[in-house]
Amino acid sequence: MVLDLFLKEVKSEIRQQSVLAGLALYLFSAVYIAYSSLGLRGFNLDARIWSALFWIIILFSAFGIVGKGFIGERKGILLYYHSLVSPGSLLLAKMIYSFLLTLFLSIGGWLMFSVLLGNPVQDKGIFLLNIALSSACFGSTLTMLSAIASKAGNSNVLLAVMGFPVVISILLLSVRLTVNTIDGLGFYASSDEALTLLAIHLLTLAVSYLLFPYIWRS
Amino acid sequence: MNMNRSKDGYKKLQTGWKILSILLLVYTCTAGLLMEVPRLSIVNESIRALYFHVPMWFGMVFLFFMSAFNAIRYLRNGSAFYDILSREFATTGVVYGALGIVTGMIWANYTWGSPWHGDPKQNGAAVALLVYLAYFILRGSLSNDEQSARLGAVYNLFAFAAMIPLIFILPRMADSMHPGSGGNPGFNMYDLDNRMRMVFYPAVLGWILFGLWITDLRIRIKRLTINS
Repeated sequence: MVLDLFLKEVKSEIRQQSVLAGLALYLFSAVYIAYSSLGLRGFNLDARIWSALFWIIILFSAFGIVGKGFIGERKGILLYYHSLVSPGSLLLAKMIYSFLLTLFLSIGGWLMFSVLLGNPVQDKGIFLLNIALSSACFGSTLTMLSAIASKAGNSNVLLAVMGFPVVISILLLSVRLTVNTIDGLGFYASSDEALTLLAIHLLTLAVSYLLFPYIWRS
Repeated sequence: MNMNRSKDGYKKLQTGWKILSILLLVYTCTAGLLMEVPRLSIVNESIRALYFHVPMWFGMVFLFFMSAFNAIRYLRNGSAFYDILSREFATTGVVYGALGIVTGMIWANYTWGSPWHGDPKQNGAAVALLVYLAYFILRGSLSNDEQSARLGAVYNLFAFAAMIPLIFILPRMADSMHPGSGGNPGFNMYDLDNRMRMVFYPAVLGWILFGLWITDLRIRIKRLTINS
């Protein structure tokens, strides 16, 4: 059931390519603005600035993608789902989908950063793990919040207002982890942050899974 | 003392609690300002902030916990009464949090040299407050009462789960300038001597009871306006 819903999301996304292309362009413009405003190539970015810039751009793009997890859905489709599937499987499908999308977006962002702003990351494996964990956290948190926000009138503003404070703890950990990987400190230096990210992810996952049926009911 | 249980299950706070709260707070204000405290460099007399600033955080966490607890009760049985409870506890919790930040800023101005130092605990507390302010915005932007209560309860629990790492875990992973962490002399190592404990624990209890009392009054006002 989860798989079917997930495949449906992927298919509908592939069919209307404009959204994906729009996001890719959004990402590219954001990186390009960072590149051109930071004195073009040759300017050596500090580890902290690089990681802060990277995560802020990923965060804003993630809001763009995940926001439409529930906000974009038409009323009729939701009603149709309501009669077909259990709320838990719908939530999980949306979360997996937004996790994968954020993951692709982050990897794409990393590539663009490497081309335009240089790639100071030394521990590439740990950085990938970092990206995966943070995408999972963003995916689960923002999907849940978009489900809440989709019920209100001005959903996009509401998503930002509710999302930023909740996401800050994830963002702080990701930035710290990224600085560690840029400095090449090895896994043991960052295992604390990685485990905390994983814990936050499991926590939000469990809480959302329990609470989602109550949002779904209306 | 009357245990006045009205029709919809609302239990009035007993009078004894309120008297106890007043007594404890009078004791906190007199003993806290007059009794002798250990002399520490830099902190000096400002160590007395322990009796007023720290209990705000204990109170805030307690009130937010009560708010989350009532949100669960609301989701379980759907009575609008628990929603009022949950919302009012969150309101008082935000007031306590704001007071905690303000008292902390006054203290920091004298010991750290400036009111906002970007200390991890300071940032965590500010973000936790933002989370709860977003809760009120969410409540305000939903026009349907039942929907506002239900989504509010869901976000409340979600926010409470998000607040735990912010206040309890993250600050411990970074060096804080607060006494007791990052190599700074703490209250409970060698210098929270028993004299300070004798004021500190009653102060915490007194402030928590005071928060309960304010919330109780607000809940009663709310019920009256709804019933009339």
